[in-house]
Amino acid sequence: MEETKKMTRKDKKEIRNRLKHLRSGKLEKRDARKGYIFMIPWFIGAAVFMAYPLGASLWYSLNNIRNTPQGLVYTFQKFGNFTQILLSDPDFLVQLVDYITSTILSVPIIVVFALIIAMMLNMKIKGKGFFRLIFFLPVIIVSGPILGMLTEEGAGSVSAIDMNAITSAISGVLPSMLADPISDLFNNMITTLWYSGVQILIFLSGLQKIDKSMYEAAKIDGGSGWECFWKITLPNIKSLILLNVVYTVIFISSNSTNPIIGLIQTSMVSGTKEKGYGYAAAMAWLYTVVVLLIVGLFALLLMTRKGAYEKQVKRAKKAQKREARDRKKIERRNVRNAKRIERQRAQGKITSRTTSREDY
Amino acid sequence: MGTKDREGFLKLFMVYALLICIGFIYLYPILHMVSTSFMTLDDLLDSSIKWLPSSLNLSNYKQAAASMKFWSSLGQSIIIAGVPTICNLISCSIIGYGLARFNFRGHNICMGIIILSFVLPSQVTMIPTYVLYSKLGILNTIWAFILPSMVGQGINAPIFILIFWQFFRQIPKVLIEASKIDGAGYFESFYKVALPSAKPAFITVALFSFVWYWNESYLTNLYVRGIAGQGMTSLVLQLQNFASNYSTYSSTAVSGATSLNESINMAGTMLTVLPLMLLYFVLQKQFVESIDRAGITGE
Repeated sequence: MEETKKMTRKDKKEIRNRLKHLRSGKLEKRDARKGYIFMIPWFIGAAVFMAYPLGASLWYSLNNIRNTPQGLVYTFQKFGNFTQILLSDPDFLVQLVDYITSTILSVPIIVVFALIIAMMLNMKIKGKGFFRLIFFLPVIIVSGPILGMLTEEGAGSVSAIDMNAITSAISGVLPSMLADPISDLFNNMITTLWYSGVQILIFLSGLQKIDKSMYEAAKIDGGSGWECFWKITLPNIKSLILLNVVYTVIFISSNSTNPIIGLIQTSMVSGTKEKGYGYAAAMAWLYTVVVLLIVGLFALLLMTRKGAYEKQVKRAKKAQKREARDRKKIERRNVRNAKRIERQRAQGKITSRTTSREDY
Repeated sequence: MGTKDREGFLKLFMVYALLICIGFIYLYPILHMVSTSFMTLDDLLDSSIKWLPSSLNLSNYKQAAASMKFWSSLGQSIIIAGVPTICNLISCSIIGYGLARFNFRGHNICMGIIILSFVLPSQVTMIPTYVLYSKLGILNTIWAFILPSMVGQGINAPIFILIFWQFFRQIPKVLIEASKIDGAGYFESFYKVALPSAKPAFITVALFSFVWYWNESYLTNLYVRGIAGQGMTSLVLQLQNFASNYSTYSSTAVSGATSLNESINMAGTMLTVLPLMLLYFVLQKQFVESIDRAGITGE
């Protein structure tokens, strides 16, 4: 035992030594090292504008910071900021729950809407360029103040559709915790849909890359449009769905119409004793954790779900295995029965006719 | 034969109807804005006038433009959006090339950090960055936007780096090796071979960077304009504070200004949107096809 182990280790060493010549040579390594020169700006940027602020903001969130004329005065207070936010700041928690529900509700709507529009634009229709122009227009307009102004003046929803009827119907059916965000969604339907400009384009360029012959093959096999969608289109753009979901979540959470980031800013500049930079940093961290959790939740939902094709393959394989097992069972039983009958016949107990009947 | 054709026709008809309906809903706020911005006070109060104003009334625009100090804000907006965009183009193309061309140690870690930094909300680094800028003395100046974008940390810079990375990855390695044999150094092969072929990526990044910087109100307000409003301002920020701007304007105006109403609000919004709209209609092709050509969607 001992020796074989040693041998293998020696072998490995030798193989490694031999591979050294085959693997990336010095030239290639030196070549790769030149990449650092191109990356220098990013290293500087990541250190100064990302790593340092991240660490500092973590430190800030554990401190109470007073902005005095002499400079910033830190007093360490462990998780004081966090407990204070969670226990005694009514605004933040309410806004956070609002944010979570509205994000979870509106992200699927935006992404599904973008997919539908992209699929329609992907058909053979005239005026494709014109429609694309319309659906992409909001991308250049969507900014906090403009959206705020438009919703303020009642342009955020189509007045022709009676929104009050819808909202009252919704609030009659659902509990208020769910009804409020949903009716909010209806009231700002247009602005919600406006967020889907980039997503439409991403889906569209993904759809154009799907091989047309797959659809033709499916059609020959008698697949309907519905089946084609679930079994060809969707599996092909699965990664784009995830990309779009993540993009949408990030977009919504960094949009300046979001009340939470306004709250973070106001508590940052507020001069009260308990608020200030530390308090705001703690808020920002809580918010970040929530955003990351939402992204993670959607990623988990989308990644664990297997495609329709994979599911069917799995099911078919299972059925095949079961069939094989059953067949084997029957064969074995037949062999057993045959042997028994043979034995009994040898003993002269039964005639061939009765056995055959019994066998059935 | 007939049934199949009819079915196709019906489907096509449905698609057109849906697209036109949704397109109308999409454009509704813009149409509403345009029509309201031309209305006089009488038109606003007249319930029989819904879409078409009785006359082409430009006084709303004049008042809104005067209260927003339109021309000076427009110039500042262009600087605020344009200069960081140029820096973004330079830094992100270099970083993207470094990631795409060289397989150095820690390459994957860098990619991971870049993707993570895209998911991270900017609020979490905002406060220390604010303190840092004030220590460096660049708070409330345009440098607060230029400096991060010079080192690939501007607004949405991870997306731009990934666009360039995706693009430079598609350039055949043979091309660069050939240039190396011809005696080009690393930098020469970068800006003589790789850069000229990356024109679509440059257009995409330039457009998106410009639009996103232009529309950014939160960080512009905090870093460049300053909370007390001492630094540069942009059109979007002027719109954010439209009511207070207008009240200071109307109190100092020589010829009596009308009190703030819906039409003037919409005219102000229209003025804010107009420059980007013009840009969009001039460069529509580049905008709409940008994502397609930059190959964000992979492979």
